[in-house]
Amino acid sequence: MANLKSDTLKSLYTKMLRIRRVEETIADEYPNKEMKCPVHLSIGQEAVPVGICEQLSTADRVYSTHRCHAHYLAKDGSVPKMIAELFGKVTGCCRGKGGSMHLVDHEKGMMGSSALVGGTIPLAVGSALSFSIEKKPLVSIAFFGDGGSEEGLFYESMNFAALKKLPVIFAIENNQYATYSHQKSRQATTDIYKRGDSFGIPSAQVDGNDVETVYHTAKEAIERGRKGQGPTVIEFQTYRWRDHVGPSTDIEVGYRTQAELDGWMEKCPIQRLETKLLAQGLLTPRERDEIEAKIKTEIAEAFAFARESRYPNPSEIYTDIYA
Amino acid sequence: MRKIKYSEALGEATLLAMEENSRVFLMGEGIDDPKAVFGSTLSALKKFGPSRVMDTPLSENAVTGIGIGAAIEGNPCVMIHMRVEFLLYAMDQIVNHAAKWNYMFGGTMPVPIVIRCIVGRGWGQASQHSQSLHALFAHIPGLKVILPATPADAKGLLYSAIKDPNPVICIEHRWLYDKVGEVPEGRYEVPIGKANVLIPGKDVTCVAVSHQVHEALAARELLLKDGIELEVIDLRTVRPIDTATILNSVRKTGRLIIADTAIKTCGISAEISAMVTEQAFHSLKEAPVRIALPDAPTPCSPALEEVYYPKISDIVEAGRRLVTGSTGDAVQNVPRLVAFQGPF
Repeated sequence: MANLKSDTLKSLYTKMLRIRRVEETIADEYPNKEMKCPVHLSIGQEAVPVGICEQLSTADRVYSTHRCHAHYLAKDGSVPKMIAELFGKVTGCCRGKGGSMHLVDHEKGMMGSSALVGGTIPLAVGSALSFSIEKKPLVSIAFFGDGGSEEGLFYESMNFAALKKLPVIFAIENNQYATYSHQKSRQATTDIYKRGDSFGIPSAQVDGNDVETVYHTAKEAIERGRKGQGPTVIEFQTYRWRDHVGPSTDIEVGYRTQAELDGWMEKCPIQRLETKLLAQGLLTPRERDEIEAKIKTEIAEAFAFARESRYPNPSEIYTDIYA
Repeated sequence: MRKIKYSEALGEATLLAMEENSRVFLMGEGIDDPKAVFGSTLSALKKFGPSRVMDTPLSENAVTGIGIGAAIEGNPCVMIHMRVEFLLYAMDQIVNHAAKWNYMFGGTMPVPIVIRCIVGRGWGQASQHSQSLHALFAHIPGLKVILPATPADAKGLLYSAIKDPNPVICIEHRWLYDKVGEVPEGRYEVPIGKANVLIPGKDVTCVAVSHQVHEALAARELLLKDGIELEVIDLRTVRPIDTATILNSVRKTGRLIIADTAIKTCGISAEISAMVTEQAFHSLKEAPVRIALPDAPTPCSPALEEVYYPKISDIVEAGRRLVTGSTGDAVQNVPRLVAFQGPF
């Protein structure tokens, strides 16, 4: 595994940190009740989308889930348009029609996200089918979780993608929980990546909290896709720090322990990379503070933009039902 | 004008759309087999081969999603199901995804997909090969739902559907496939959302859907013997419904029959009846009459099928009752439109 260049490492760090700070700000602001939609925060899971999307062009595609903030931001979606969308404003990325669970940026290749678990897996395969038909060296990423891997759509999609050798990556963010149900209470065998074997799809299970590992594993899969060698299944082991939905922590619900959460917080993907970069002198404390300050300003501006924007007019109920 | 079959007309529309846009492609289970969906994909298969007339695994939900994904990328997709029931596996992708993608994402994500499916009837198709479920799809904003009833419309509506940037469900009655009719050569569009007044009449409006259009036309001939003029409207599209054409007709005749191929309860006949009652109540001389299927799954036995499906005579009797107050004597000389002898 070749070492990544310092510019790449800094970019990975900055993008993960931006996602973390955006999510934390949403959590802090949520009690003000200006964001009137369910939010599923990605705190703790930043490494997977960033490690993959860092290597994609805007013509490569990403399809996402209800927990889509990190995917949207990793694919360079606009922060002001995202926050305005959460505020339900007409300046949002969906003109206020989607909300937190449905972020989109067609020009950046962020093709949308579904609140139906597993629902976008075949859509990503559809993009890959188009690339294959049109002979374009592009790839499509289906992000979903351990819950999504239980849907029939996953198996049907793997079969089709393998059959047609399509450039799609099934990127499974295994955070162990579907709402409050643990994977072990839902799955007969828990190595999700092995499901790919049945279809002859190259598969791997890796540490999803180590952004460099994510990067290198995705790199191989992306290259395979671009060369027309077919799909890849990658299971990333990761963990969500906050509640399934909403801004809070949820230990008091009683489905998981503080010790389990603490163990995963020690594996924080951002802290791990920051420690390494500082130790190796690839990042100075001053640079780190500058990155922090820049992100803070960007987020403050995004919230101000959202607050100042207007709501959609009532007549917009009937716009865009049809293209 | 030359006459061709309904199935050939579907094939012509498909071929024209594929010639015009090299990114249009077809998907479906066995659509490239020698029978080629009752011949309707044959010409496309001969010209473009299996790469654009793509056989698929028996995975309706994912394959529909894959068609949606390809369509969003700019490869308009025509998905074909041999029976509408198979498509129910894909309700998630149709209702939750295709119908919502453009709206939910602020108009940035059109989904140019056509989903063709066939409704069976007779020869013991039984409960799972015979359902007319257009009302189910008509209930969903974001979808368009067409039911071509004639060969000319089969070509013009399907051609419009493939060019449409939105998801369109095209529901084709099995008994229409061998129907022969005049079909113009070359390109033409029949607009989606526009009903067709097939034959004007002053006494009773009959809004008919799919195969019922032909039953209504036969009923019209029989009613003329009683001096009653039925105005036959081919509804063509159940979402969006052409309310203006229906209301104009009812304001003229004051009497309404809705002849549907589906179950009566919550069917499109209920929607049209409610719409007319709300918007043209004072034009109505009598309560609307709905000719539709009973609230039961389709039985297999020929003895039960015979009772299950409404008949041309039911439309005739309804017309008489609306005009004269009585259904009159038994209807004589009722034609038999189709002698469907299966197997499928």
